[in-house]
Amino acid sequence: MPTLGLITGYWFDIRDLSNLSRKIYELLGDAGAPDWLIWVLSALLGTLGIISFIGAVAIVNIWVERRVVGRMQSRLGPNRLGPFGLLQPVADAIKLMQKEVLQPASAPGLIFSAAPILFTVPGIALMAVLPWGRNMTLADLDVGVLYILGMSSLAALSVFMAGYSSNSKYSLFGAMRVIAMLVSYEIPIVVALLGVVLFAGTMNLQGIVLFQETYWAPMVLLQPLAFLVYFFSVSAELNRTPADIAEAESEIVGGYHTEYSGMKFGLFYAAELINAVAVSAIIATLFLGGWWMYKLDELVPGWMIYIGKIYAVYFLFVWTRGTLPRFRIDQLLNFAWKWLTPMALINVIVVAAEVLVWEESGWSAGFFVPLYIAINNLLAGALVVLFVRVLAPKFQRFPVRPRFAPEIDVPSLPAPPLMGEPRTDLPASGAYPI
Amino acid sequence: MPETLLTLTLHLEEVLSLGGVLFAIGIYLALSKRNAIGVLMGIEIMLNAVNITLLAFSRFGESPRPLDGQVFAVFVITVAAAEAAVALALAVAIYRWRETVNIDEIDLLRW
Amino acid sequence: MIADNGIVIAFWVLAATTVGCALMVAAVRELIQAVLFLALTFVGVAGIYIVLSADFVAVVQVLIYAGAVAVLMTFAVMLTPSADRRNSETAFQAPALVLAGMITAIIVFVAYDTDWPIADRAGFPATAASLGRAFLKPYVVPFEVASVLLMTAMIGAILLTKEEEEDEHA
Repeated sequence: MPTLGLITGYWFDIRDLSNLSRKIYELLGDAGAPDWLIWVLSALLGTLGIISFIGAVAIVNIWVERRVVGRMQSRLGPNRLGPFGLLQPVADAIKLMQKEVLQPASAPGLIFSAAPILFTVPGIALMAVLPWGRNMTLADLDVGVLYILGMSSLAALSVFMAGYSSNSKYSLFGAMRVIAMLVSYEIPIVVALLGVVLFAGTMNLQGIVLFQETYWAPMVLLQPLAFLVYFFSVSAELNRTPADIAEAESEIVGGYHTEYSGMKFGLFYAAELINAVAVSAIIATLFLGGWWMYKLDELVPGWMIYIGKIYAVYFLFVWTRGTLPRFRIDQLLNFAWKWLTPMALINVIVVAAEVLVWEESGWSAGFFVPLYIAINNLLAGALVVLFVRVLAPKFQRFPVRPRFAPEIDVPSLPAPPLMGEPRTDLPASGAYPI
Repeated sequence: MPETLLTLTLHLEEVLSLGGVLFAIGIYLALSKRNAIGVLMGIEIMLNAVNITLLAFSRFGESPRPLDGQVFAVFVITVAAAEAAVALALAVAIYRWRETVNIDEIDLLRW
Repeated sequence: MIADNGIVIAFWVLAATTVGCALMVAAVRELIQAVLFLALTFVGVAGIYIVLSADFVAVVQVLIYAGAVAVLMTFAVMLTPSADRRNSETAFQAPALVLAGMITAIIVFVAYDTDWPIADRAGFPATAASLGRAFLKPYVVPFEVASVLLMTAMIGAILLTKEEEEDEHA
C-alpha cells in the first residue's frame, strides 16, 4: 500500500477531498441519519461535484477552443466581449437560448427532441468512473475500461436518431457517414485500450493509475503505439477536425444537426465539448498518470494535477484541429481499417509477449520497465515508418492531378473562336450582331 | 428511522418470472410482426430473457462452479450478435430481389 | 435470496422499465421508434444483470446489444427505404397473444412450484478476472469455436449483401 506522504486526514486538507466528505458523513451519522441515507447522499455529492466540473468546462472550453484556434491561424480569436473575450461563451449561451426552436413539421417529435439529450448522456456518464485522487472515485468499477467503451458506443445510436428524424437528405447522409465512421473507429479504440489493460493487469481505472505510480512510468512511455492509435481514433469518434467530414459546414451543411436550432443545437455543441473533455480525461488517466505526478501530488492537490493534464490533452486536440486539413470520408475509413487496426493488433501481440516474459521470468521491474520503454518506442517508430513506406501514396515532387474517373474517349470539340474574330459557333440569325 | 421497518427480499422465483414474461413478449413479437426486422426484434428479446434466467440460476442456485452461468450468458450474447448480423444481411438481400421485407409476401417456398 | 432493500427496489424498477419498453416495442406504430425502444430494453436488461451480480456481462450487454445490434437494425431499416415501415401485425396476432399468455402462466407456475436448490451466497466479487480464467481454462474450446462462428457470420453477411460487380470487360 503506497504511503500517503504529506497528505493528512483533517477535513480542511483539500489535497484529498474525501476528508471533507467523510467529515460530512460523520456529522450526519452522529445526528442520527440511517446508513442508506448517507450512502445516497455520498453518491449525490460526488455527482454534484462532477456535474459542476462539466458545467464549468463546457463554458470555459468554448472560449479556449475559439481563442486558441484563432491564435494558431494568425488571427485574434473573439476579443470583443470582456477582457480577452472571456465573456464570449456567456454571449453564445444567451444567443442560443433566445433563438426560436425551428422543427421540421414532418419530423417525429419525440425522437427529434430526445436525440440531443441522448447524445449528452454518455459523455457525462463516462466521467463517473474517473479517479480524481487517491480516494476520490465516484464509481470504482472493476470493469471501468469496458464501461467507457460501452458508453462511447451508445453515442452512435443518438447520432442516427438525430439524422433520421430530421427528415432531410443532408441530415441522413451526414448520419450515415457518422455511423460508418463511428463503427469503423471503435475497433482501433478497443484494441488499443486492450494493450493498456494487458500491461496494467486490471480494468479498474484507479488500478491503472496505481500501476503507473508503482512502476514510475506513465503509460504513454510504455505504450506509445497505443497512445497514438487511441488519440487518432478518438478524435475521429468525436468528429473533430481532421475527421469532421460529417458535420463541417463546408461539407454537408452541418450533417446530422442541420435541422436543429436554438438550445437543441446548443446541446449538441455542448455535448461535443463534454465528450471531448471526457475523452481527454480518459487519456490523462490511462496514459499520462491521472492524479499522480512523481510525488508532486503530495504537495499539490491531485485533482488539480488531473485537471491540468486534462487541459494539456485538450490542447493537443485543439492543436490538431487548428493545424490539419480535413480528410475525405474514404480516406478516413481507409485510415481506420488499413492503418490503425493493424497497428493496434501488432501492439497487442507485442504487449502480450512482453507481459508473458515479465511474468514468467520473475526478474525485477527495474530491469523490465526501461527495456520495454525502449522496445516499444523503437517498435512504434519502426511501424509508423514502415506503414508510411508501404501504404502511403508515393511522394511526388510535382504532383499530378488526381484522376477520379477512368479515361474515356471524348470526341474533341473545335477550338472556340478568339475574341474579336467573327464567331462561327453560333447559328446565323438576325437576333444578335456577329 | 428504524432499520427494521422495511425488509424486502428478492427470490429466485421472481427473477425467473421476469424472464418468463420477457420470453412471452419476445414470442409474441416473433410470431405476430409483419416486418422481418420486427421478427428479429422478438428473437433478440427472447435471447435476453434466456440470459436473465441463466444469470439468475448462476447467482441463486447451488453449484460447484457458479460462474458457469455467466460464461454461458456471454456465449449467448456472442451467438445472438452473429445471428442478428446474418439475419439482417438476409433481410437486405431479400429486399434487393423483391423490394419488400414483409414476411407475408416472401412466400416463394410455400406449396 | 437477496435481502438488501436498495437492490430489491432497483430490481423492481428495472423490471418494470424493461417490460414496459418491451411492450412498447410491440405497441408503437413506427419501425424506427420500435428499434429505439428495443435499445432501451437492452439497457434495462443490463441493469438487471447488475442486480444479479454479473457486472462484466452487463457491460458486455450494453457494448454489444445496445451499441452494435441496435445500430445494425437501424442500418437495416435505412438500407430498405421503400419497405413498409409501419410495424403492423400479421393475422397471427390473436393466436400469438394467447400463446404468449399461456407461456407466461406456465413459466410462472413452474418457477413458483419447483423446489429449487438455493445456495446461501452473497453476490460475486469482481467477475472479470474469474470469467477470463474460465474462458481460457475449462471453456477454451467453445471460446475458439465462438470466434470461428463470428468470422463465419461476418463473411456470410458480407457475401449476402455484396452487390453484383459490373463486368468491365466488354
